[in-house]
Amino acid sequence: MSILTRPSHPDITDAMWDKIDEIIDANKDIAGSVIGVLRMSQDAVGYLPVELIDYIAEGMNLPASQVYGVATFYALFSLKPKGRNIIKACTGTACYVKGIKEILSHITNKHGIKEGETTADRRFSLEGVRCLGACGLAPVMIVSENIHGNLKPDEVVGILENYK
Amino acid sequence: MSKNRIQLMLCGGTGCHSTGSKKFEKALQQELEAKGLAEEIKIVETGCNGFCAVGPVMLVQPEGIFYQKLKVEDVPYLVEEHFLKGRPVKKFFFVEQKNKATIPHMNDIPFFSNQVYRAMRNKGVIDPEVIDEYIAREGYFGAAKALNEMTPEQVVEQIKISQLRGRGGAGFPTGMKWAFAAASPGEEKYVLCNADEGDPGAFMDRSILESDPHAVLEGMIIAARAINARQGYIYCRTEYQLAIRRLDIAIRQAKEYGLLGENILGSGFSFNIDIYQGAGAFVCGEETALMRSIEGKRGMPRPRPPFPAHKGLWDKPTILNNVETLANIPQIIIKGGAWYASIGTEKSKGTKVFALSGDVNNIGLVEVPMGLPIRKLIYDIGGGIPGGKKFKAVQLGGPSGGCIPEHKLDTPIDYEEITKVGAIMGSGGAIVMDENTCMVDMARFFMDFIQDESCGKCTPCREGTRRMLELLEKICHGEGQDGDIQSLEALAEVIGQSALCGLGQTAANPVLSTLRFFREEYETHIKEKVCPAKRCVALLKFEVNPEMCKKCGLCFKACPSEAIAWKKKEVAVIDKSKCVKCMSCFDKCKFDAIF
Repeated sequence: MSILTRPSHPDITDAMWDKIDEIIDANKDIAGSVIGVLRMSQDAVGYLPVELIDYIAEGMNLPASQVYGVATFYALFSLKPKGRNIIKACTGTACYVKGIKEILSHITNKHGIKEGETTADRRFSLEGVRCLGACGLAPVMIVSENIHGNLKPDEVVGILENYK
Repeated sequence: MSKNRIQLMLCGGTGCHSTGSKKFEKALQQELEAKGLAEEIKIVETGCNGFCAVGPVMLVQPEGIFYQKLKVEDVPYLVEEHFLKGRPVKKFFFVEQKNKATIPHMNDIPFFSNQVYRAMRNKGVIDPEVIDEYIAREGYFGAAKALNEMTPEQVVEQIKISQLRGRGGAGFPTGMKWAFAAASPGEEKYVLCNADEGDPGAFMDRSILESDPHAVLEGMIIAARAINARQGYIYCRTEYQLAIRRLDIAIRQAKEYGLLGENILGSGFSFNIDIYQGAGAFVCGEETALMRSIEGKRGMPRPRPPFPAHKGLWDKPTILNNVETLANIPQIIIKGGAWYASIGTEKSKGTKVFALSGDVNNIGLVEVPMGLPIRKLIYDIGGGIPGGKKFKAVQLGGPSGGCIPEHKLDTPIDYEEITKVGAIMGSGGAIVMDENTCMVDMARFFMDFIQDESCGKCTPCREGTRRMLELLEKICHGEGQDGDIQSLEALAEVIGQSALCGLGQTAANPVLSTLRFFREEYETHIKEKVCPAKRCVALLKFEVNPEMCKKCGLCFKACPSEAIAWKKKEVAVIDKSKCVKCMSCFDKCKFDAIF
């Protein structure tokens, strides 16, 4: 059982706090486990609010600065809330050569978001991600775990219409 | 075990998964059951077959028939024709781009017939989730030999004789690395596997992990024996979920069989392997940064010495090998180092796996003997450039590498020879570019990547790459000035000499290599404000040349923002106030009429 005080946060429910306590309890004695703890906590909440990072630091008995340093170093972690549908556009070399730039500009024109941004209604987050290793399908994007390959610029807006 | 008349080796790699292999498998299984064939014909989901471009792919054994681009709706026809009537279906055969000939057998397809399999010898042949299938192919024989018949010194000796060099890119002799760590005093030592494949356009390690995870585990066990380590970690990119799942299964099965854990095969030797998921930082492919990351810290490199062989993970002696390097180890132990060294060039032995992608017909994963000219890799195996376009360059070595132009294509695949032409062997990404690629834009792309991934610890890399990126962006935006090229060269030299880690020291390579072979393209951008390949948006006018316009209306249909006015038999006109510069019209126009 955790003895930490849970800060109130609009995006974290009691069930999520329970899950986070579970994650911390299982890992706090394992050296070097903080990256895994942050990953699992982000999976539970959707992102890492600063209040949560402080909470994890206290639970793991680490300086908050160190945990914050780790959370801001790795691309996987986000300190900002994300959209319901995350568009991960591959920006690897093969996708670049095959025209991911045009795909991105179509998304930007239609939904008004650039890489790293989220629409005001939190419908989409657009991310340019490192090579997904699916170069045979270039250009590629992943929308909410579905892979869309061999993209054509004029099709991309239509594909996104399926994600509400 | 029931006997099967036919085995269907269906590729279950990431590439084929995303083109629908799972749905196809389900439909095929249902159809086989409906036709009463399920007892005779077995579907085996293999790891990555390598030929990702034509997925989903399936090999029919023992006939050796290769099917490509399979779809769910084709299942009834395929089962009826081939598996009931015994007539292979021509419609799904591979078609050669050059002469449109169909090739039924996998081994006759040039993509496969020119390859030599060592690190990938089990790809597409076994079910990676069943340890028995790996064992049936001499699996764990190498580990058994190393543990029961050889001393650690003998193991290191064989790796030295094989002249195997690190396949992650730098090419450091593996045997020497092991010898250093073996000689390091200390009870606690570590064996690490670097599966943080970060180079854009590289997917060799992912495919090996997906198709043959046990080979990597076995390589690690042998390495542990050589240096006397008790614990190993596989540091894998978190994006590679399928690879992680298969590794997880493989580790569990190996433990059940007594091949991992306490007292392996009764030898008294104990060794454990855990998977560690990375969190998305390119620099963590650098060995000291990777170790910091396993320790739960920011993955920043530190100066060497001390080298990891003396002070690595948790300051204990550590060896770090790449996935492909480790996958080669078991066969070297079984067949001997001299066998491995029997192919290749004087200083580069064995084979190398490449991920061939970009503007090339046969995209996929290939393993070729060292010494093969790069031209053969692109034209014989890769099948040349699609759409009748001209070859411009091939990029090897990712952000640390360089572009090799047409007149250097006969360079053999060899660590030293590739370095001589300004690229590096790298981890195996080979991205082919056709004439429509702008080399200044390519250099800008890599610098943008490096700048973004720079960990920020040392000034030359943190600040220098940013300045280089600014210069390249200026040039791509048509604001280049006299002297910019010289500034780029000066910055490149300073960064190369003073950055802390390999990532920084090689950061300028993509710029230097494009300057070496495509300097005139930089000059055209700067002096004439023109992008010859028409890729730099800021240098394009978005106007239609009435003399070249064939009035076909394709651009009009492609425009997403209704900026193009066109009527039948009239030249198209672009309204610049509505144009969003998305390039759709450029891509659609077949006559180069838009500029």
